[in-house]
Amino acid sequence: MQSRRTFIKSMTAIAASVALMTGSLTVLAADSKEPIKVGILHSLSGTMSISETALKDMALMTIEEINKNGGVLGRQLEPVVVDPASDWPLFAEKARQLLTKDKVAVTFGCWTSVSRKSVLPVYKELNGLLFYPVQYEGEELEKNVFYTGAAPNQQAIPAVEYLMSKDGGSAKRFVLLGTDYVYPRTTNKILRAFLKSKGVADADIMEEYTPFGHSDYQTIIAKIKKFSAEGKKTAVISTINGDSNVPFYKELGNQGLKAKDVPVVAFSVGEEELRGVDTKPLVGHLAAWNYFMSLKNPTNSAFTKKWADFAKAKHLPGADKPLTNDPMEATYIGINMWKQAVEKAGTTDVDKVIAAVGGQKFKAPSGFEIEMDAKNHHLHKPVFIGEVKADGQFNVVWKTSGPIKAQPWSPYIVGNDKKKDEPEAK
Amino acid sequence: MQIAKIIITCCLALTGLLAGTAHALTVAERLALAAGDNDQRIAALARVVAVGDPGASPFLKSLLDDNVKLVGNKIFVVDAGAAINAATGDHVELPADAEDVVNNNRMRSELGAAIAALDLRSPDAAVRLQAALALRQADAADSTFALVVQAEKTEQDKKIQTILAEIRAGIELHSTDVVLRLKAARELAASTSAEMRQLLVGRLEPGGEADPEVRSAIATSLRALDQRLVYFEVAGTVFTGLSLGSVLLLAALGLAITYGLMGVINMAHGEMMMLGAYATYLVQNLFRQFAPAWFDAYILVAIPVAFILTAIIGMLLERTIIRHLYGRPLETLLATWGISLILMQLVRTLFGAQNVEVENPGWMSGGIELASNLVLPYNRITIILFSLAVLLLVWTLLNKTRLGLFVRAVTQNRSMAGCVGVNTARIDAWAFGLGSGIAGLAGVALAQIGNVGPDLGKTYIVDSFMVVVLGGVGQLAGTVYAALGLGVLSKFLEGYAGAVLAKIIVLVIIIIFIQKRPQGIFALKGRSVD
Repeated sequence: MQSRRTFIKSMTAIAASVALMTGSLTVLAADSKEPIKVGILHSLSGTMSISETALKDMALMTIEEINKNGGVLGRQLEPVVVDPASDWPLFAEKARQLLTKDKVAVTFGCWTSVSRKSVLPVYKELNGLLFYPVQYEGEELEKNVFYTGAAPNQQAIPAVEYLMSKDGGSAKRFVLLGTDYVYPRTTNKILRAFLKSKGVADADIMEEYTPFGHSDYQTIIAKIKKFSAEGKKTAVISTINGDSNVPFYKELGNQGLKAKDVPVVAFSVGEEELRGVDTKPLVGHLAAWNYFMSLKNPTNSAFTKKWADFAKAKHLPGADKPLTNDPMEATYIGINMWKQAVEKAGTTDVDKVIAAVGGQKFKAPSGFEIEMDAKNHHLHKPVFIGEVKADGQFNVVWKTSGPIKAQPWSPYIVGNDKKKDEPEAK
Repeated sequence: MQIAKIIITCCLALTGLLAGTAHALTVAERLALAAGDNDQRIAALARVVAVGDPGASPFLKSLLDDNVKLVGNKIFVVDAGAAINAATGDHVELPADAEDVVNNNRMRSELGAAIAALDLRSPDAAVRLQAALALRQADAADSTFALVVQAEKTEQDKKIQTILAEIRAGIELHSTDVVLRLKAARELAASTSAEMRQLLVGRLEPGGEADPEVRSAIATSLRALDQRLVYFEVAGTVFTGLSLGSVLLLAALGLAITYGLMGVINMAHGEMMMLGAYATYLVQNLFRQFAPAWFDAYILVAIPVAFILTAIIGMLLERTIIRHLYGRPLETLLATWGISLILMQLVRTLFGAQNVEVENPGWMSGGIELASNLVLPYNRITIILFSLAVLLLVWTLLNKTRLGLFVRAVTQNRSMAGCVGVNTARIDAWAFGLGSGIAGLAGVALAQIGNVGPDLGKTYIVDSFMVVVLGGVGQLAGTVYAALGLGVLSKFLEGYAGAVLAKIIVLVIIIIFIQKRPQGIFALKGRSVD
């Protein structure tokens, strides 16, 4: 018994010293000039590739830029690009591969909420770090994720408020149109509650969903027309995601549904999605974002020029008409904030970096100094509402005077008032 | 009476003359239109419309086209690259700090209505018609009332006059005079426009019309209007159903030959469509680069190119792989599935995994407006006609040509056909080539309405098999009925149950149908039922 106890003791001691040694080894490795691996997890094929491919390229551009300026902590960044192919379970698999096999320090990725939800357990289990660059439905606050896109109060709610204002056309009836998955369903739940609080009756709200990759929007447009003819000013709020937007907008144009009569405001349509659509019949339809390519300020001019040069140098498809959009800007902000946090923490250790990200500031292409909230893992962002112009760009017709704080737990969902505005402690 | 008429005409002609020679807007008026907040600008616009000076029209049009720029208090109008200083009329270089005048939807619709109101005086009847239509759609503002009334009186064209009367009635519906309101409500019974319907419904809301007699007149008009709109709505659903059906038909026709007649479970059928769509994309790019002036005609070249390309690939596949597998359905299925994966990856490597952009030719955008709630888009009409043409082609080939005779002979009895001297191997190759070529044609059509990417085939393969099996394997007529039937059925269901549920219901109906009648709508003896 005695001998066994000593055996265990000595084993523990050995294990401890080994742990110490490996610990000092990692410290040594950190001091060496070995590159830091950075994961990029975006669909490069399938229905979401229309939106996500540009984010991959933007991430590569930002990493290249950081490397040119001396890297992070004197080390170069090495991007590891994987393709989860718009296939949600594959997202989880690829995330696991990035964390366990490639041992990336941080991942930038995902677009749809369903993909984020499917990688979440992996990041929690392996204590990874994910920067998520797209506007989403909120209702989530995880220690391992930083959300650089908008929460509903930074996009959806202001957009609907604008539609109800005099300049937005004083809309009284609303069509909530979306792809059938968690983001549109939750957003529409929040919007329905919000509209009710503004005195809009249930009969004046129509909710419609289509499957991913849906391509025949004839009936839906006809329904919208009918609904709008039933009286009072109607507006459409679209949470359609991915390449379905192309047939949707094509049909909208062909059926002659003009923005003057029934404006469509979209939350997932930016400059990139409108590439390849004849935008002349779509003039005046709206999008709400925290950034538009057409914003006029020095930071944005430099940003769009950098992107144009990168697209040209890398011969990216569409380099003849380089476009930037909101999630690309969010990706750019995310990577730079991570870099600043790593420099503040002096290490790439996930827990230390997480502690350092809160409160980081960055001069963003939107023209504002953007700040990561000290607690709730979301950015304070300005809101812009733009109308489609004939050349596929957006005319900003409304904006907030400055960045506003994100409310991941929407006050329009019952029970959220009790939730804490910071991730649960482990 | 006669004299009075002449005097009125003279007066109107005089005002018209005066208006024609009237000076354009003053600089101060222009500034009021371009700068300030939207409420002020709209007020300025109302003043301009009240004056009714057609000379204002060009400036309003440049405002609407975003061609007006501001530098401080100076206004510049950009015209074909050159800037004109509105104050001096000089052509100048546009200052670098010039700011766009931003028009939002509200401003744009006010501007559009103002231009339309001024255009009502145009000597060109076509312009007047467009103006009247635009004005009706724009919820004509009260400021246009005088212009509308005057135009209605002088208008000779009956059609334009009817529309103007409708607009006038629409404005009078808000009048303070009960008699006028009642008259307007009765007049609007003849309307077919959704905008007028919206107006009528709006008046019935609480806080709208107070007078009970007018209310009941409005309700009567509304019922009459609704009855007319209902017909158009049903016609619209049938049209969208036929349009979906024609897409399904195009997708399934090729398969009706390779699977239906030849009995090859062809999983690579979808990829043939995908190749057809990419052929369209390539032809489009060639036109864009070498013959931009002929761009609108690219599709006419894309049709034969896609057909020949996919037909050749189909024949190659048949000669090299599929002919060794006749009579072994399971192996055929696996082999063709493998081929489909190879083709998909090939396209991904060549063109990238992202969707490529196929632009509709100009003549395919827009549509014919039959009623306010029924617009037939040109691209849908084209595809319906195209699928009928392809159907005719296939039918003629199979029933009126020697090749068709041989194909049918080989399908019905291979050994006997061989005995009487038909080269069955060559016929197999031709038939498979034909089926693939038709899939390529479907690809050309699909490229016009949906997304073109490496996965295009996957979206349509299930639907294609569904149509062929439902219609009855080995029967062209069955395929036609099944495609159009499924199209119309899904569209009617979509109207009630939504797109997601409609898809499920259709699948359930098909499963039940196949359970009861495994041979499909029509049954014919073919190689597969031997």
